[in-house]
Amino acid sequence: MSRRAALTPSLALLPFFGYLTVFLLVPTITVVVGAFQEGGSFSLTNIEALFSPVALRTLRNSIVLSASTAVIGAVFGSLLTYLVVSAPPTSVFRRVVMSVAGVLAQFGGVTLAFAFIATLGFSGVITELLRSTVGVDIFGRGWLFDLPGLVLVYTYFQIPLMVIVFLPALEGLRPQWREAALSMGATNRKYWTEIAIPILTPAFLGATLLLFANAFAAYATAAALISQGNPIVPLLIRAGLISEVLLGRENFAFALAFEMIVVVALVMAAYALLVKRTSRWLQ
Amino acid sequence: MRPSTSWRAMRAGLLALFAVFFLLPLYAMLDFGTRDFAGGRTGQSWANLVQDPDLTAAIITSLLLALFTVLVMLLLLLPTMVWVRLRIPKAKRLIEFLCLLPLTIPALVIVVGMRNVYTWVNYLISDSVLTLTFVYVVLVLPYAYRSIDAALSGLDVVTLAEAARSLGAGWITVIVRIVVPNIWSGILSAAFISVALVLGEFTIASLTNYENLQVVINFLGKSDARTSVTASLAALIFAFTLLMGLSFVGRTRGREGK
Repeated sequence: MSRRAALTPSLALLPFFGYLTVFLLVPTITVVVGAFQEGGSFSLTNIEALFSPVALRTLRNSIVLSASTAVIGAVFGSLLTYLVVSAPPTSVFRRVVMSVAGVLAQFGGVTLAFAFIATLGFSGVITELLRSTVGVDIFGRGWLFDLPGLVLVYTYFQIPLMVIVFLPALEGLRPQWREAALSMGATNRKYWTEIAIPILTPAFLGATLLLFANAFAAYATAAALISQGNPIVPLLIRAGLISEVLLGRENFAFALAFEMIVVVALVMAAYALLVKRTSRWLQ
Repeated sequence: MRPSTSWRAMRAGLLALFAVFFLLPLYAMLDFGTRDFAGGRTGQSWANLVQDPDLTAAIITSLLLALFTVLVMLLLLLPTMVWVRLRIPKAKRLIEFLCLLPLTIPALVIVVGMRNVYTWVNYLISDSVLTLTFVYVVLVLPYAYRSIDAALSGLDVVTLAEAARSLGAGWITVIVRIVVPNIWSGILSAAFISVALVLGEFTIASLTNYENLQVVINFLGKSDARTSVTASLAALIFAFTLLMGLSFVGRTRGREGK
């Protein structure tokens, strides 16, 4: 009786658990199980295919793209955050910047691809301007629709994401710490190098990891920009889903998706550790 | 310590550079979308937003998806979160973990693994594009959870509930008439961010061959680049308006707090 009384309140959580099981856990488990199957029975061929030259080259491209845009995004994003944080939270300037950052960081996808096609595409505004004024063709051989283009467009949403993620850390720096340091004879420079930067470092690294995971898993922008060829992992997954049989293996998309889970989960675990460390000082 | 003039000049200069980088593509969209091939300007692509039947159908589809996603999300999340705070606080960490899980499992992974589930959904419920609602709820969960959790944290739910219960209110009354009015701002922000995410969603819809707004915009890009660019810009502006409104929701809450 007492046991039933203890369990009854938990029953109210059943719809929630049931829903997440069906629409989150089952798909994830399907991917993990499918990665280790071929033709309905256990097999390692799809996992082995992850180490084929094509798959490895794609993975390397994805890592280079994610790492470079994470670092560029983190550096410029933290600079922009620093510029924004000096304005009071209720100011119109800060509201507009944060709303734009939210839109570009999370809404993105297809629309950002089209923004850059309109700017730097074959008949883009900047392309035509430069063509007609100085006679330079920056469109070239279509770099916008390949890895370099992805780096540029990803940067466009990575910097805003950095602003959103890094702002709380920068706001957590108390003015009192600076006053205390200055009153004890530290220079402004010394305050930054010996107090602020060491405190902010875990938050900065954590945010960089989050940016990496974000770029690694991003699909929409790349899919809208690149319709031929599969230079990065998400696009190779697309090819696997659409053609059903890729590299002669029907479950290859599962293996690639599994690879993506592993990479993102590792990065997010490291991120969680860094956040834990950050919260010791900030907040 | 007053900031020096040189620093202020540098700050303004840097902000201007950022502004150019971020606003230039947006300006280019406006320019590109209103270009007339015969020379001059035309508003045809903007008119297409309400005239092109495919595009208007997609806009309506995405708005309906956003509406249903918000409803199902609230129905699922709100009672669960309130109940956990009231009766089973031990389960809070588990609920939080599950809600934040979609941040680690990308939409692309879900779409790869969800074919079996959707075979059943299409068989049991319908094969309408609106069934995407189910999986969109999962996508918006982390953001919605954070908004509602932040609002609930500022509230002594247990005491409020005990007071209501001692006056004879049932659990549903407690949630609907006591808790919900007190966390209105959190609910609104959860709804806004969900609408923005659903309107921007492309990955799942395109890979399951459903036509939502972003899929149609992408498709239009091949036949009518001007209209697709204009639709992209309009969608961005709409999302910006939503998020801007959201920042004011936060402010009114702050004022009430004081």
